Amino acid sequence: MDETTALEVHDLNAWYGHTQALRNMSLSMMERRITAVIGPSGCGKSTFIRCLNRINDLMPGFRVAGRVLFKGQDLYAPGVDPIEIRLRIGMVFQKPNPFPKPIYDNVAYGPRLCGIKERARLDALVEESLKKAALWDEVKDKLHHSALALSGGQQQRLCIARALAVEPEVLLLDEPCSALDPIATGRIEELLLDLKKNYTMVIVTHNMQQAARVSDTTAFFMLGQLVEFGPTSQIFTNPRDKVTEDYITGRFG
Amino acid sequence: MRVFDEELTALKERILRMGALVETQVANAIKALVERDTELAKTVIATDHQVNAYDVEIDEECIRLIALRQPTASDLRFITTAMKISTDLERMSDLAEDICERALELTEEPQLKPYIDIPRMAECARTMVKEALDAFVNRNADLARKVCRSDAFVDDLTSQIFRELLSYMIEDPQTIRRAIRITFVAKYIERIADHATNVAEMVVYLVEGKIIRHTTI
Amino acid sequence: MRIEAHTLARMLSRRRRMELGFKALAVTTLAIALGSLALLLLDAIADGAGRLSWQFLTSFPSRKPEEAGILSALVGTVCLILLTAVFAFPIGVGAAIYLEEYAGKSWFSRVVEVNISNLAGVPSIIYGLLGLELFVRAMGFDRSLLSGALTMALLVLPIIIISSREALRTVPRSIREASFALGADRWQTIWHQVLPLALPGILTGSILAFSRAIGEAAPLITIGALTYVAFLPDGLFAPFTALPIQIFNWVSRPQAGFHANAAAAILVLLAVLLLMNALAVFLRQRYQKRLNL
Repeated sequence: MDETTALEVHDLNAWYGHTQALRNMSLSMMERRITAVIGPSGCGKSTFIRCLNRINDLMPGFRVAGRVLFKGQDLYAPGVDPIEIRLRIGMVFQKPNPFPKPIYDNVAYGPRLCGIKERARLDALVEESLKKAALWDEVKDKLHHSALALSGGQQQRLCIARALAVEPEVLLLDEPCSALDPIATGRIEELLLDLKKNYTMVIVTHNMQQAARVSDTTAFFMLGQLVEFGPTSQIFTNPRDKVTEDYITGRFG
Repeated sequence: MRVFDEELTALKERILRMGALVETQVANAIKALVERDTELAKTVIATDHQVNAYDVEIDEECIRLIALRQPTASDLRFITTAMKISTDLERMSDLAEDICERALELTEEPQLKPYIDIPRMAECARTMVKEALDAFVNRNADLARKVCRSDAFVDDLTSQIFRELLSYMIEDPQTIRRAIRITFVAKYIERIADHATNVAEMVVYLVEGKIIRHTTI
Repeated sequence: MRIEAHTLARMLSRRRRMELGFKALAVTTLAIALGSLALLLLDAIADGAGRLSWQFLTSFPSRKPEEAGILSALVGTVCLILLTAVFAFPIGVGAAIYLEEYAGKSWFSRVVEVNISNLAGVPSIIYGLLGLELFVRAMGFDRSLLSGALTMALLVLPIIIISSREALRTVPRSIREASFALGADRWQTIWHQVLPLALPGILTGSILAFSRAIGEAAPLITIGALTYVAFLPDGLFAPFTALPIQIFNWVSRPQAGFHANAAAAILVLLAVLLLMNALAVFLRQRYQKRLNL
C-alpha cells in the first residue's frame, strides 16, 4: 500500500490567551488512513484537531505557532484563505449540529455556498452524499422534513453527509460519537471504515475502544504534549511509554 | 488497589499454585522412576485431575477478564500469557503422568542399568520449569532467556541417552522393551523442557511485547 | 444520622407552615399588582367606554367634546411608529450584529457596550431635548413627523440593540461552527444561519421596544408636536399629533366631556398596545414552530 502523508504537523504550539494548549507537537497523518487522537480531558486533543482546518481562528484570543502542512502547503502561511482550507478539510463535531432546516437544505448548504444552483446537480450531490454517509435509505422519502426530527445517530450521519457534500479530501471528527448510543456509534464506526477508501480521517475520541476499533494510527496526548504516536495495534498491545501504558490500561492518575 | 488489579493478582497466584503443583509432579515422577516407588508414581497420576481443574479455571478466568475488563497493553499481554502458560503447565503434568506410567511398567522388570543421565536431565528440566515460573512472577526477561538457552543442554542429553540405549539394544535384544520405555521417558523429559521454554518465551513477550518463538536467540 | 420520629414530624410541620406563609405572601403581592392594574383599567372603561364609537375614531379633534375624535392622533401614532420602525430596526439590528459578530473584545467595543446600556436607562425627555436640538433645529426638519420618528428611533435604539444582541447570543456556537466548517464566510453564516435563528427573539424585543415608544408623550411634547391637528399628515415633513399627546391635552382641559374622551383614547391606546404585543407573541410562536417543525 502506498503511504503518502496527507497532513504534517511541525512544532505546533497553541494558546488560548495566556494558557498554552499545545506544546511542540510534531506528527504526520497518512492519506486514506484513520488517525485517532486519545488522551484525558484537557490534553489538547480538540484544540489540535481544530487547528487542522483553522476553525479555531474564530476563537477569541487563540494563537498558533508552528506549521501544519497539507500536501506540502502550510495552512498557516500568510495569504492562505481559511475558507479554502475548510472546503478541503471538512469537520464533524462532538454534538450532532444539523441546521434547523430540512435534510435536503442541510446537505445542499455547502454546495450552494460554492455557487451551485442547478437543481439537478444539487439533487445528485445530496443523494450521493447521503449515500456515502449511509443515510440515504432512511431519509430519501423525507428530504424536505426537518433535520431535527431525526434521531441523534441519524443527525450525526447527516452532519457527515453535509461535510462530504463539499467534497473534501480530509475529514476531521471531534468526538463524533460521544452523544450517541452504542448502536448508533457502531453504525458511525462502520461508516468511517467504509469512508477510509477515499478519505483521510482524523478522529478525536474519549473512547479508547473506539480508537482501537477504527484507527490505523493512534496519537496519545497529555497536558498539551504528544506522548506517543504509533500504529494502533502497537499502542494498544505494547505501548513504549509508561504514561501511555497507564492511560491505556486505566491506571491513569 | 483497583478491582482489576486484584483480579490480575489472583490470576497470577493461581498460575503459581498450578506451577508449584506441576513442579512437584515432575520431581516426584523422576523420584518414582529412579527409586522404583510404585506408590509415589500412583500418587502423581492421581493428582493430575487437580492440574486439569486449574487449567480450566484459569482459562475461564482469562476469558471472563477479556470479556468484562477489555484489557489492553500489558494487561492484555499478561492475560494471554496466563492462558498459554496454563496450557503448557497442563501438558507438563500430562508428561509427568506418562513418566509415572512408564515407571510402573519398568518396575515390573529388573532394572536395566543405573540411572545417571536421566536424573541429571530431569533436574535440569525441573530447574527450567521453576525458573520460567520465577521469571513470570518477577517479569524477568533475562531469566526467561536463560531458560530458553538451557533447552539445548536437555536436547543434547536426550540424544546422548538415546545413543547409549541403542547400544544396549544392539548388544542384547532382551533389553529392547525396557530400553524403549526409558527412551520414552527421556523424550518426555525433553518435552517438559520444551514446554518450560514455551513458558519462558511467553514471559519475554509479557515483559517486552516481542514474540521470540521460532527465532534463534 | 437517625432522626427521632416525633422530631422529624415537628420539623416537617414547621417547614409546611413556612411554605404556606411564603405562598400567601407571593399571592398577596401578585394581587396588589394585578388589582391596581385592573382598577386603572376599570376606571378607564367606566369613564370612557361610553364615548367609544366609530364617530370617535373617525373624527378630528373639536372644541365640543361630544364631536371630538382621535382620527388625526391615531393616524399620527401609526405613522410615527411605522416610521420609527423603518429607522430604528435596521440600524439597531445592524449595530447588534456588528457588536456581537464582528467587533470582538476590544476596549472600543466595551466602551460602546457600556454606553448603550446607559442610554437605555436615560429618561425619554432627554431624548426629546436631543431631538429638538438635532432634528428640529440643526437639521431643520421642523416639528414634523420625521423629527418625531427620528427622536423615537433614538429612544428605542438601545433597547433594540440590547435585545437583538441577546437574541443573537442564544444561537448556539455549534451552528456557527458547522457553517464555518462548510466553508461559509462570516456574512454567509450570519445571513443563512444566525439571523433566521435569532429572528423571533429580535422581533419580539423590537416590537416590545416600539410598544414602549407608542406610549411616550414627553419627547414628542419636547420637540413640539402639535396638540390640535385637524388634518392627516401628508408627508414626512407634515406636522402631526399622537395619541399620548391628545390624551395629555384632553386631560388638562377643565370640561368633564374631554375627560371622558381622554379615557376613551386611553382604551384605544391600550388596544393598540395589546395588538402589538399579541403580534410579538404570534411571531415568536410561528418562527419557533418553523424551527422545530
